[in-house]
Amino acid sequence: MRIDFLKAATLVLLSICSSGVLAQDSEISLLRASLTELRSEYDARITDLENRLAIAEQNALQANYTAQQAVTAPVNNAAGGDGNSAFNPAIGLIFQGQAWNYSQSPEAHLIPGFPLGGEAGPVAEGIGLGEIELIMNANVDDKFSAWLTAALAMEDGESVVEIEEAWVEATALPAGFGAKFGRFFSGIGYLNGKHSHSWDFADQPLPYQAFLANQYIDNGVQVRWLAPTNLYMEFGGELMQGDRYPSAGSAHSGAGSYSAFANFGGDVGTNNSWLAGISYLDATAIGRPSGDEDEPLLFSGESRLATAQFVWKWAPDGNWKNRNLTVQAEYLMRRERGEYSSTSLAPTAYDVDQDGWYLQAVYQPIPRWRVGGRIDALSSDDPGVAFDGTLLATPASDPQRFSFMADWSNSEFSRLRLQFTRDESGFIDGNHWGLQYIHSIGAHGAHSF
Amino acid sequence: MKRIIQTLVLIVLPLGVQAELDIFACEPEWAALANEIGGTEVNTYSATTALQDPHYIQARPSLIARVRNADLVICSGAQLEIGWLPALLRKANNRDVLPGTNGYLEASAHVLRLDATGDVDRSKGDIHPQGNPHIQTDPHNIAAVASALHRQLALLDPENAATYESGFVDFSERWKKAISGWEERAAVLRGTRVITHHKSWVYLEQWLGLEELANLEAVPGLPPTAAHLSRLTSRFSDGGADVIIYSPYQDSKAAEWLSTRTAITAVVLPLTVGGTDRATDLFSLFDDIIDRLLGATGNE
Repeated sequence: MRIDFLKAATLVLLSICSSGVLAQDSEISLLRASLTELRSEYDARITDLENRLAIAEQNALQANYTAQQAVTAPVNNAAGGDGNSAFNPAIGLIFQGQAWNYSQSPEAHLIPGFPLGGEAGPVAEGIGLGEIELIMNANVDDKFSAWLTAALAMEDGESVVEIEEAWVEATALPAGFGAKFGRFFSGIGYLNGKHSHSWDFADQPLPYQAFLANQYIDNGVQVRWLAPTNLYMEFGGELMQGDRYPSAGSAHSGAGSYSAFANFGGDVGTNNSWLAGISYLDATAIGRPSGDEDEPLLFSGESRLATAQFVWKWAPDGNWKNRNLTVQAEYLMRRERGEYSSTSLAPTAYDVDQDGWYLQAVYQPIPRWRVGGRIDALSSDDPGVAFDGTLLATPASDPQRFSFMADWSNSEFSRLRLQFTRDESGFIDGNHWGLQYIHSIGAHGAHSF
Repeated sequence: MKRIIQTLVLIVLPLGVQAELDIFACEPEWAALANEIGGTEVNTYSATTALQDPHYIQARPSLIARVRNADLVICSGAQLEIGWLPALLRKANNRDVLPGTNGYLEASAHVLRLDATGDVDRSKGDIHPQGNPHIQTDPHNIAAVASALHRQLALLDPENAATYESGFVDFSERWKKAISGWEERAAVLRGTRVITHHKSWVYLEQWLGLEELANLEAVPGLPPTAAHLSRLTSRFSDGGADVIIYSPYQDSKAAEWLSTRTAITAVVLPLTVGGTDRATDLFSLFDDIIDRLLGATGNE
């Protein structure tokens, strides 16, 4: 630095001295060149210093940031005391209560031709607590994550805990592969994988109730692959124990059902996006109960289901918060071949094709408010005269329903819903009114499309 | 048949097969920054536009496909994208962009975040315990993220490290000059009293010395209520504030409603690149923000 000052001083002196005499042109240009050189040298040095300053600032910022982390850390530790709680999984609770008014008793609600399995069917009349979902999830390590959904409910005056989902996911597979094992919602259809708190109506559409007992959940393993394309293309398959409706009895040495699915999706401009998919489920049932709980119909045989689904979402400029519309439709087709029996029905061969569909639209005209409409229907072949007088006999007219809902969400964590359903699916037509609340506390995972 | 196959291949193949790095930016400002630093070596894609509220994005299939093919995911972070990014990462089956890897960059982790709080209670609205995520409204933050980004690009693509270095140096020099220009022009704005729709502008306020008096949202993240707006009307009926600020993706009704009743000028400011016709890159973004503020406060 000092040498540079000397240099500069000499140059300045020189220039002063030389101005006194009649300097040669060459001398002047030499001086100019030296000055320029000096200037650029200084510029370089200044830039260097500035860069060093920037780095120092950055470091200071980092130090500040670290300090900031240190400041918040004690707050986090305070909860656990020993710091081990820092590794606690994300925990969330979702409260979903319902109150329903039926024009005829829901106990008498049966869909002729479609004896329901599992928990499908209308919820009890009057005020009910519904299910409380307890969700916990976290990364296990750098290669696995795990998820638990436990459903807490009151059944016949007793508290019950049901393991809805309990799976481990491999997160570090290469080449677009993903795998999941444990207990999970099957990847078939569109609504099958949706948690009930994210349904747009309080209940599942008829084909999901009739063919999947609301949702097919089972124990097994799932593999998914995503194509390396800008068009979304997902392919997957599952092998399951086969212990839950539409399968039963863990056939084939405890690998009683398998499935395959393919989903495609993309955007159209910035306003629209879509998802389309097809799937197939092959389930084996051994003594699968359905219909009346006290005197169930038991099915043994093959249950094969194919689905096709389409979802279209629209929002002006793709800005979901203010206004949006979702239109979705699914078509489900089932063939069951085997035999049915019950205490009053000798084992009788059964080979029937059935199908069902729904179409729904949900519109959010202004923030907080949504309205929606849904039509759902079922259709069945005649199983034959042997089933006359049983719940399996085909009805005179195809089961169908018309539902309307309006809901209000104060925030993304709270929702109150009113639903009306005109029900023409049972022996007697009915009108149902329902109120529902869906409130969540704690960590809440991101919702899928 | 051959033609059809060719067309199909063109449709489904990633558009950026030639580019070295595919960058998935959650917000347009980070896509713009990656373009500034990476130039032709990067192929950027922004998950959102300036006309979309980044808190509320659908985890669309198109976004999952983009994350699947990304080499780097850069997002503001601080839980801004908590409602959709985890769903994308979970479904995209791309182990190279998960948090904790070199393929993931949380921009706000590289700046000093304001409003961080240990007081976490949802009755206070959509709060971010790790601090306010809208860091891009202070150009010094952009500079800090640029530094982190060029280092990460070099880690991912060492062959082009020199390109990213020179891209960064070039950008930093232009950016530094631009900042001093903005700071000079915006000096008159110091002390300006503002009302903002959402707490989107705290970093701009700190940078330019603006004073935030109130928000149109009664609780962060929830739409403005009539009751809260009428409270604001009586509070500011005799002025007391200089300007009402909202963003392009926010409904202008609340700001206009208050503006007509209080005679305080309402102005829409681009929160990110693409928010206005003029804000086509990071430089014009701040040009426009400052010109609009100067215009709204009668300092043109």
